[in-house]
Amino acid sequence: MDKILKLLDENARLTNDQIAVMLGMTAAAVDEAIEKYERDGVICGYKALIDWEKVDREYVVARIELKVSPKRDHGFEEIAKRIAQFHEVESVYLMSGGYDLAVTVSGKTFKEIALFVAQKLSTLDSVLSTATHFVLRKYKERGVSYMSEERDERSVTLL
Amino acid sequence: MDYNQILSSRITGVKPSGIRKFFDIANEMENVISLGVGEPDFKTPWVIREAGIESLEKSRTWYTSNAGLTELRQEVANYLRRRFSLEYDPKEEMMITVGGSEAIDDCIRAIVNEGDEVLIPEPCFVCYEPITRLTGGVAVPIVTRAEDEFRLTAKALKEKITEKTKLLILPYPNNPTGAVMEREDLEAIAEVLRGTNVMVLSDEIYAELTYTGKRHCSIAGIEGMRERTIVVNGFSKAYAMTGWRLGYAVGPAPIIKQMLKIHQFAIMCAPSTSQWAAITALRHCDEDIESMVEEYNIRRRFLVDALNRLGLTCFEPKGAFYVFPSIQSTGLSSDEFCEKLLYGEHVAVIPGNAFGQSGEGFVRISYSYSLNHLVEAVKRIERFIQSLKG
Repeated sequence: MDKILKLLDENARLTNDQIAVMLGMTAAAVDEAIEKYERDGVICGYKALIDWEKVDREYVVARIELKVSPKRDHGFEEIAKRIAQFHEVESVYLMSGGYDLAVTVSGKTFKEIALFVAQKLSTLDSVLSTATHFVLRKYKERGVSYMSEERDERSVTLL
Repeated sequence: MDYNQILSSRITGVKPSGIRKFFDIANEMENVISLGVGEPDFKTPWVIREAGIESLEKSRTWYTSNAGLTELRQEVANYLRRRFSLEYDPKEEMMITVGGSEAIDDCIRAIVNEGDEVLIPEPCFVCYEPITRLTGGVAVPIVTRAEDEFRLTAKALKEKITEKTKLLILPYPNNPTGAVMEREDLEAIAEVLRGTNVMVLSDEIYAELTYTGKRHCSIAGIEGMRERTIVVNGFSKAYAMTGWRLGYAVGPAPIIKQMLKIHQFAIMCAPSTSQWAAITALRHCDEDIESMVEEYNIRRRFLVDALNRLGLTCFEPKGAFYVFPSIQSTGLSSDEFCEKLLYGEHVAVIPGNAFGQSGEGFVRISYSYSLNHLVEAVKRIERFIQSLKG
């Protein structure tokens, strides 16, 4: 994997100058590479990982398993695109195994999500069935732990 | 009772490390960003831990032979050949020890007689001098300098050799400076030593951690040096296995034979769990080393650049995981700098003079921390430097 992507995957707030120093590249080369990644859709965005539990935002997340009937010529693409348009939907994945699409939905309350599934998702033509699983606790996201940090047990020494 | 009358003057004559108090404060302070440790932040690769667990499950908890498990010694021989082109007979020329530290102790004790001189390049790790004293030897420091990138030069070495010189300690890649000795540098040292009876204790514990694309070069691989060199290495730094306490020494059979006597009576054998785990380390973890080195290198480049920008000039350290910047631009002594930084910004770094008087005017900063941790630490150091100016 490109080293620039690896660093940004770890910490998207590193400046291009910092990345250049870390990788022994010129700042211009890093600027250019990142611009290209953005243009080509390799880098699709930059967002913070926020533990909403720690702030007073009403926030509930559910993972919905959808079985759908694929369309001739379009496969799953059409229905996936349709579902992705809802602002309540955080992610849409095509899955192997017992169901077809995994959809992450967020809302203010359990009820709001339940209504969204009942009224917006299951009523779509190609959706055959839904199974809703509410997220109770997030322990780790994108490689970052949401649990209290492990203490560094190493002590200051001359070793 | 007056214990001073009872205790051996050899040990009471060894000065306690004055820096202990500073460490205690740093270790107990809340919200400290430490840059003071001397061990990897990586966890021991899981396959190695698993091998340790498996050895316990199978009750492989007996003493091993004094020199260490035969399989482990064979793997060390393979490893040294594969990684550093060194050839050693696992039966006669090798022993497994409790960390590199025990190997250093065994080696100095096996070689040094009362009054013999031991040459120690400084700044360096702090164990060589007290162990030399305990054997009745005389520690002779050789000052290395920032303008030489803290390498040992042939000239400085020659000046210190007398007819009493018995042993040269060669601690490269170096803690605390991050200096390395490249082949040409070692050739020059070898040139001085060939034809003398001076032995070399080459402490190569950081051998895997070099960053300029050149592999570490061992002095034992230089012509005429194998017969006068004991190489000490271990698992702590390369495989992030500090607490497992496992190292080894390789060298001429007659010397290893005597070192093994000390080991046999003082230690018996290195911990069996660690030995079994280490076999897996040597067989399966070359790639883990590469990825750790890559990560250290990113941090190293970041720190060197940041410190130089702040006026804490440092030469490029090419090995280990330390940067050794000069703090002379601040007008503070090493101790003052470290204390003020700790109290002012809660960042712990180590005064360079803790590694010998020639380290005065420098501090040791470890980059054995995550990049995010280092980025935050640099912010605090920057604020500290600004506050000194204001």
